[in-house]
Amino acid sequence: MGRYVVRRLLQMIPVFIGATLLIFLMVNVMGDPIAGLCGERQCDPATAAQLKKEFGLDKSVWQQYLTYMGNVFTGDFGTAFNGQKVTDLMATAFPVTIRLTIVAIFFEIVIGITLGVVTGLRRGRPVDTSVLLLTLVVISVPTFVTGLLLQLLLGVEWGWIKPSVSSDATFSELIVPGLVLASVSLAYVTRLTRTSIAENRRSDYVRTAVAKGLPRRRVIIRHLLRNSLIPVVTFIGTDIGALMGGAIVTERIFNIHGVGYQLYQGILRQNTQTVVGFVTVLVLVFLVANLLVDLLYAVLDPRIRYA
Amino acid sequence: MRGATHARWAACAVAVALAATACGGGGSSSGSGAGGAVLSSSWGDPQNPLEPANTNEVQGGKVLDMVFRGLKRYDPKTGAAKDMLAEKIDSSDAQNFTITVKSGWKFSNGEAVTAKSFVDAWNYGASLKNNQKNAYFFGYIEGYDKTHPDTGTQTADTLSGLKVTGPQTFTVKLSQKFSTFPDTLGYAAYDPLPQAFFTDHAGWIKKPVGNGPYTIESYTKGSKMSLRKWDAYPGSDKAQNGGVDLKVYTDNNTAYTDLIAGNLDLVDDVPAAQLKNVKSDLQGRYLNTPAGIIQTLAFPYYDSDWNKSGSEKVRKGLSMAINRKQVTETIFQKTRTPATDWTSPVLGTKGGFQDGLCGSGCDYNPTEAKKLVQEGGGLPGGQVKITYNADTGSSKEWVDAVCNSINNALGNDKACVGNPVGTFADFRNQIGQHKMTGPFRAGWQMDYPLIQNFLQPLYYTNASSNDGKWSNKDFDNYVDQANAESDTGKAIGLFQSAEKVVRDNMAAIPLWYQNGSAGWSDRLSSVALNPFSVPVYNEIKVG
Repeated sequence: MGRYVVRRLLQMIPVFIGATLLIFLMVNVMGDPIAGLCGERQCDPATAAQLKKEFGLDKSVWQQYLTYMGNVFTGDFGTAFNGQKVTDLMATAFPVTIRLTIVAIFFEIVIGITLGVVTGLRRGRPVDTSVLLLTLVVISVPTFVTGLLLQLLLGVEWGWIKPSVSSDATFSELIVPGLVLASVSLAYVTRLTRTSIAENRRSDYVRTAVAKGLPRRRVIIRHLLRNSLIPVVTFIGTDIGALMGGAIVTERIFNIHGVGYQLYQGILRQNTQTVVGFVTVLVLVFLVANLLVDLLYAVLDPRIRYA
Repeated sequence: MRGATHARWAACAVAVALAATACGGGGSSSGSGAGGAVLSSSWGDPQNPLEPANTNEVQGGKVLDMVFRGLKRYDPKTGAAKDMLAEKIDSSDAQNFTITVKSGWKFSNGEAVTAKSFVDAWNYGASLKNNQKNAYFFGYIEGYDKTHPDTGTQTADTLSGLKVTGPQTFTVKLSQKFSTFPDTLGYAAYDPLPQAFFTDHAGWIKKPVGNGPYTIESYTKGSKMSLRKWDAYPGSDKAQNGGVDLKVYTDNNTAYTDLIAGNLDLVDDVPAAQLKNVKSDLQGRYLNTPAGIIQTLAFPYYDSDWNKSGSEKVRKGLSMAINRKQVTETIFQKTRTPATDWTSPVLGTKGGFQDGLCGSGCDYNPTEAKKLVQEGGGLPGGQVKITYNADTGSSKEWVDAVCNSINNALGNDKACVGNPVGTFADFRNQIGQHKMTGPFRAGWQMDYPLIQNFLQPLYYTNASSNDGKWSNKDFDNYVDQANAESDTGKAIGLFQSAEKVVRDNMAAIPLWYQNGSAGWSDRLSSVALNPFSVPVYNEIKVG
């Protein structure tokens, strides 16, 4: 187990370097970021040269990348064009997005798995059909439509919530945005759980458990659900990264100042430091989430062992 | 007061979560302290640190306008430059100026505003090592070439043309005659700075201190700024409200939704998509007034295809092929006005705006357009590509509409296509590298309401915003004469002569004047926009 974890951690290093390099090159291809800083006019050449020197943009891309990576390992993610440290931006943005992700994952787990179990056990019944239909609708409607619709209905027409999230972004404010963010994944989780439960329902161990005379609750939760959760856990694990990085649309609609907002602004202003910094952290989140998912397999299914 | 507000919001959040009750801005009487209630307003994250000589966009400018007062201030209604901190500005030769600063003014930290406050601030702005993006504003002052050389390092830290001659007086020597120089001094780059700016720069940037009607109570970068009325403000334009909370919105649609839901008091950028609903949504609490912004199509004169004899006919033909009226009415819902000259109506006729100066060249006339383009040798390469940045505003919509209009007029559905560029930075980059092959979007927001500002930076040979590198001796001569002319009326006449040179060559196609728009909640009254399309916050009344 320990050796497996170490091996996986070591494998992360090339993935990490490759991913950051790709992002770095992509942002660089977009061209000179200084040009966008002076409004509708040419930056005067002296100031432009000075700024380039300050941000290290006068060096070759390779040198820039090496310096950047060197700094990253000492915890310095550089400075954004508005003079703020990227680490400061992260310190304000990540807690907000993490809260949003927690709310979203919570909805996925509670609503998604519950619905999945219910429909999986009652395949073909009206409950199953209506939930399937509902998930189909949710999957086919884009997030921004759901988001804007809920914002208009709950925020303006009925006045249940405030249409935008304040800069504190507390959990209670994030309920609706979290639900919107989770909606599509939630539908997938429901369908995955449903299929998995329906498949395993007829397996030998379930029959044995029932034959032993175990209570129905115990059969379903301990035996059936636990074994059916493996594909669901894989999905939710990879979804953590996707939710954190992919919240741009939701964050924009509800004016949440999280990772998506910083990335969007960074891309618009071609701010290499911000974009690469945030994406680097997101890459790390993806890698760690994947590792945790793999380790969870062993917990859920004792037959799986890592050496 | 802030604690109380905070608790109220927290209570609201809890109430919403538990009982799902409405909690809009209806509970209006927040902040019952002296000076009235606080209003909330939409904001965008400023691109640069909030230093006066480093702020070149509206969002940062909005804050500076509340926190600072300069020598002059542009009248929010007429745009005329009026003395603010300036007691008097004298000059006998339009080149040497003696400026007297009114006594009795203070920064909100108690420090007196003196001649030194200005001179130090200007020297800071002009010094290359400080990376100030508005440094070129000091380019007229003698010694700028030493403190801000085009290449290499600076050889002086202070401008030799600035001299403090007394506690409240200083002299300015310009490197050339510039008669309207005093009228430019209302621009934020010329604001005075307290000593704290130089001694504790990092601390000052976190929470700027100025001499305007508001002080900054708290500033969370990227999300919120709370400004409060400064009770000891010595000026006559005291704040009529208790303060302003600026909230950063990523999307102006969200801000508008918040306004409708009663969660926000003032939006100063109504999204184009909402313009048709705005009347019924806000019941008249909506403003749409001209701002000092003109949109044009510029041309790449470094490309020989656009700089040969006869191409002025092609440009004029293209201009006449654009149905400005239709585009402004259908795409912009009349928030733009078809342009008939190269300046802006906010200047007023006294300031040099001349309605219809463009003449027939700006009238929609498809038959004449087709004829002119043919006479001029046809479109270079058989097609024009209008380059624009697709990341802001509704550029795609209007470029497509303009192209459609051109295609219809010329009877060729491939005559014009749009050429979108992903980001503004990349767009500016391609312009800077002279990569344009056809007309490109050029917007100009004035720095100060003078006709000079609409012409010289854009069309003078090698000027800072002359992106197409247009160059014309007659134009340059007229501008030089106008700058040396000490009689304002005559100077404006000369600028208009220069503008006629632009017209005769159709150096750029004027499209439309842009309006500023604002919508507000029923708590507010006396809302107005200044010529820079920024709300006049200090005059807004709450409750």
